[in-house]
Amino acid sequence: MRTQGNSQPHLQRAALRHTCRNRIRRRTRLPVCTAQLTKELWLTIMLCHGGAVRAVRFNADGNYLLSCGSDKSLKLWGVSRGTLLKTYSGHGYEVLDADGSYDNSQLCSCSSDKSVILWDVASGQVIRKLRGHAGKVNCVQFNEEATVILSGSIDGTVRCWDTRSRRFEPIQVLDEAKDGISSVKVVQHELLTGSVDGRVRRYDLRMGQLHVDFINSPITCVCFSQDGQCTLSSSLDSVVRLLDKSTGEMLGEYTGHKMKSYKLDCCLSSKDTHVLSCSEDGHVYCWDLVEGSLSLKLPVGKAVVQSLSFHPTETCLLTSMEGCVQVWAAEPEETQDEVTMAT
Amino acid sequence: MASDSEEDFVVYGTPLEPLDEDEPLKKPIPLHEQTVKDEKGRYQRFHGAFTGGFSAGYFNTVGSKEGWTPSTFISSRQQKAENHNARPEDFMDEEDFSEHGIAPSQITTSQEFSSGCRDEVREKTRAVISQMALIPGDNLLEELITPARLSIGVELLRRMGWKEGQGIGPRVKRKLRQRQKEGGARVYSCALPHIGSEGSEDDDDEEFAPENVTFAPVDVTPVDFSPRSGVQGLGYRGLNPGLALLGHGAAEHINLFNPESETRSQLFGNAQKTSRKGRISGQAFGVGALEDNDDDVYHKDSMTRYDTVLGGEEPGDGLYGWTAPQQYNNRRDTSKALSYLGKIPEGFTVALKHTKEKMIFPPPVLPPDFRPVHGFHPSLLGTTAVSPALRQALATSRGHMVKEEPQQGGRHQLDSSQRRALLGEDVLHSSSSVMELLRPEDRQRLYNLHNDSKTTSAKCQNAIHPSGSVTRSTVVSLTQPLPQSCSTPSSSLQEDSLASWRGVQSSTHTFRPFVKNPSKQARYEQFLSRLKHGDKDAVEQSLDPGMTEWERSRERDEFVRASILYQPTSSSLSSRFTVAQHQEDDDAVEVCRDEEGAVDNKQAAVKMKMFGKLTREMFEWHPDKLLCKRFNVPDAYPGSGVVGLPKVKRDKFSVFNFLNVTESREMTAPLKPPEMRKKSRWDVSEQEELDKEDELPTSASTASPNSISDQTQAQKRKEDDKEEQQKEEEEEEEVVVSRPPMDLFKAIFASSDDDSSSSEVESEEEDTKEGEGKNDLHPLNLFNVPSTSVTSSITSCSSQKTVVFSQTSMQEEFGPSLPPPSGTDTRGGATSHYSSSTEDKQRKKNKEKKVKKKEGKHKKDKKKKKQKKHKHKEKHQKKSKEEESSDEDSEGHVSTEELLKRLKSIP
Repeated sequence: MRTQGNSQPHLQRAALRHTCRNRIRRRTRLPVCTAQLTKELWLTIMLCHGGAVRAVRFNADGNYLLSCGSDKSLKLWGVSRGTLLKTYSGHGYEVLDADGSYDNSQLCSCSSDKSVILWDVASGQVIRKLRGHAGKVNCVQFNEEATVILSGSIDGTVRCWDTRSRRFEPIQVLDEAKDGISSVKVVQHELLTGSVDGRVRRYDLRMGQLHVDFINSPITCVCFSQDGQCTLSSSLDSVVRLLDKSTGEMLGEYTGHKMKSYKLDCCLSSKDTHVLSCSEDGHVYCWDLVEGSLSLKLPVGKAVVQSLSFHPTETCLLTSMEGCVQVWAAEPEETQDEVTMAT
Repeated sequence: MASDSEEDFVVYGTPLEPLDEDEPLKKPIPLHEQTVKDEKGRYQRFHGAFTGGFSAGYFNTVGSKEGWTPSTFISSRQQKAENHNARPEDFMDEEDFSEHGIAPSQITTSQEFSSGCRDEVREKTRAVISQMALIPGDNLLEELITPARLSIGVELLRRMGWKEGQGIGPRVKRKLRQRQKEGGARVYSCALPHIGSEGSEDDDDEEFAPENVTFAPVDVTPVDFSPRSGVQGLGYRGLNPGLALLGHGAAEHINLFNPESETRSQLFGNAQKTSRKGRISGQAFGVGALEDNDDDVYHKDSMTRYDTVLGGEEPGDGLYGWTAPQQYNNRRDTSKALSYLGKIPEGFTVALKHTKEKMIFPPPVLPPDFRPVHGFHPSLLGTTAVSPALRQALATSRGHMVKEEPQQGGRHQLDSSQRRALLGEDVLHSSSSVMELLRPEDRQRLYNLHNDSKTTSAKCQNAIHPSGSVTRSTVVSLTQPLPQSCSTPSSSLQEDSLASWRGVQSSTHTFRPFVKNPSKQARYEQFLSRLKHGDKDAVEQSLDPGMTEWERSRERDEFVRASILYQPTSSSLSSRFTVAQHQEDDDAVEVCRDEEGAVDNKQAAVKMKMFGKLTREMFEWHPDKLLCKRFNVPDAYPGSGVVGLPKVKRDKFSVFNFLNVTESREMTAPLKPPEMRKKSRWDVSEQEELDKEDELPTSASTASPNSISDQTQAQKRKEDDKEEQQKEEEEEEEVVVSRPPMDLFKAIFASSDDDSSSSEVESEEEDTKEGEGKNDLHPLNLFNVPSTSVTSSITSCSSQKTVVFSQTSMQEEFGPSLPPPSGTDTRGGATSHYSSSTEDKQRKKNKEKKVKKKEGKHKKDKKKKKQKKHKHKEKHQKKSKEEESSDEDSEGHVSTEELLKRLKSIP
């Protein structure tokens, strides 16, 4: 059943990958598709989280957003109106990353208090508090079916926690990294981890293989492309690199931003047309994926843009700077009058 | 949980109604209300059990108060009263017809449709009637004249073309019919199966049977599956007293084991019935002069008549299953019996299948010039064959062998030679044998005795080892007669050991069983070396001549056993296996089998931007089974117990195990050129970590690890010591360059983790209060409000300084740091929907851009300062404060927060 279901998307992906590569190789010849992001993004909503926002994430369908930060809480907002829906508090120290399950029923978050917490969305209760990391936990992610939580920590391990059983030990500890894990991503049966030892590791569960790509600079963030054929990694040498997943070849290199000392996010747009990265100079840089040219330099503020997240389907961007979360959309909504909501 | 457990049970009966605690308790029904009613609501009263159970009706009456309802007889001219026959049903209640009544009415097949089987009730009644009839046995006549009425089944069959005497089923051709008729009755040879013989038979009959003529199948009587009613065993019929009285079974003893006699006769009419009737015979009455039959007075039963196996054999045709009629089975039996000519012994049956004959191969044809003499190959002879004379000489000269040095050890572990050496005695050459101590005549006698025994033992050895006996007999010498005769069983072992050790060259990996006793081990090794050369009397030669006979024989046995036990593996095996280089113990450490390769190549590749093969490495990685399950992915390595990267055990103390790691670390260190990017705090710590972890003398670190640990200890000691704080800080300045590893910090400060965080919370709260207070007065001084950032912790109470410092160092030890939060939002929580008027936005953006330029500058300054933070802590603290405040003064009014405020104020 599963293989049947996969076969079709797989072909599509293969085709997409092909075109993607071709686009990059025949950069000069092909007419480059100009995407939505060349237009200005408009700030639509500004949310004040309180305390520095460490991560801002869309949920699976993009209707809600999660922000977490140094006020030890995790907040759930509605994207369209900017309503604060729920605050999840239970961490003992600042919350560094969060993720929502595919069915929006559960949240997971990780914190400097070395713990990972699985939340029930509706009740706001802690379903499980997973301890085991030796240091602060930098990143956390559900797998596709929300059966496993993956958390990467400064202790250099990625721990795979089981959400189904009552076991409090991780299913497996991936301790291949020689330094702290800064970013973890999961797509289907592949785990992508970025480590401070300057390597991007891809664990292929189906094949039982580990691919290590050497980047030579501490990795701050890794991403899979939407078609699942490329990996994006930003590192502290202020370069965002797009690598081919299967061979490790570099397909694109994006520079211009500033990422030298802080752990900042990068991401791809929903249609794999653009590469976005935070910058320490208070801008979000947006490059055309194929051309590698800077297509947009979005001024967010004067401080460091720490986290960003792109809407899974629409042209909508979340950024976080200091204590605020900004929602950027392609078109300003004129009908909305200013609505102020106190938290 | 509860529902789950309920689902697990199977519930019988109707459950009790759940107790409702809210309901008031039901009052018990008073006695006078406890009445019994029938279905129609009539009261029923109980009589005693012996007086009829339920009452018949109203006040013990039938239907009226009087006890009965009188029937009325009305007859008029118009309506004549019918002659009413009273039936028993008329006097019965309807309850009586019910299932549990006295005359239950039920649906039965009418006689018309009932089969031919007898109706028991009717027969009973008829029997009763016949008894009462005028002429007893009247009904016999009636039975003779059966009504010409057939059961419906027979009628249906007839309409389908069935005739009496035919079997039921589709019509068959002659062949099958023949087969059915014949069965296996006529078989010509025992070996051939039925079909073949029948085929030949059919060929003969073919001419008489045209193709298109079909025959009805043979009428087969079905097996009657009458259920067992008694407690007798299977197949037991019991005596029929009627038969016995009739004298029918008396003559030939009633056979309980041949059911045919009864059932068959009953079913097929009595064709086999004996004609004798009406005779009374037996022991009780004697045998008359005219009577000839007296042989079977006492019946003898034999065990062959009993079944020893349940089930019985299957009929081979496959036409019928195990329900095949008995005559069918029996016929087969007779055919078998016929096929075997001889008398079958009791308990045996003739085999159904012929056993396959064994193939006997003829012996090979000998070439004409074959000589039945075996000769060894000359090359073998050269190495192994030692002349008997030489062997003899060697055996006798063993008295002058090796002298072992005395071995220190327990008194009881020493052998005689060692004791002798300890005592300083001379070697007793003469007393090497007991024989020499004996008188000559005794010796002679013993010798004779021994010779006899030797010859016998040699004989028996001859029988066992005809090839080796010759050489062994030469070994036997007079000087050691007793042990030799004793060790006859061990000599065969000797042979084995010789065979296994001969020609083995490499002796490096052999096990040394007598390590504790070096002299013994030396002797053993000597023995082994001799064995390797194919020396037959290796044991005798390598033993210590100074030992007593008993010790020697014991050692001989030991050596031979040990040599067999630790014999070298044969060459084919030994080529496949190697001796384990490292035994499993604590000295080994698990190391990843595949280590990530050297970094310098990769670095070069990265510099040249040649990502791909050069920077890519692939390892075998085993995901956990459960993880695969959770990811819905088949296990890539089913059956492997490995999880993660496959590991191998290596020597713990080998430097090479860690060489790879250190190399990679060392490579990462120099790759940070200062002009490429600024040294972040992280970089420093990485370098430190590097220095800590490889404590190899080769990697020269700036500070020795010992000094670091000392310093940290000192740090711990002086934590609460105010006097030495200044010194401490100076020390810390040095420490900054080389910080101890993470674990140490954890060990020291792990407990203080929570405290510090809580204290920070407090400080934070205080600060926020302060900030709020200040905010009104100095709205621009926003950056001063600290939260968890480094600067904030510095500004907090000085008593906490060391702890806080450690904490911050912990945070900054690994990885890229998190950007510092600004103080503007600590009050937090305000959500604002931004107005989307383009004018506003344009305005705001312009402003922001301005801000950004300045901010960028400012940031750089900040960062520089942060780097130097540890060195100039105090200064920095002040400075930063000042600077920030000054910065804020100059440009703070354009912050986003401020903008928001302004927007809010706009109506």
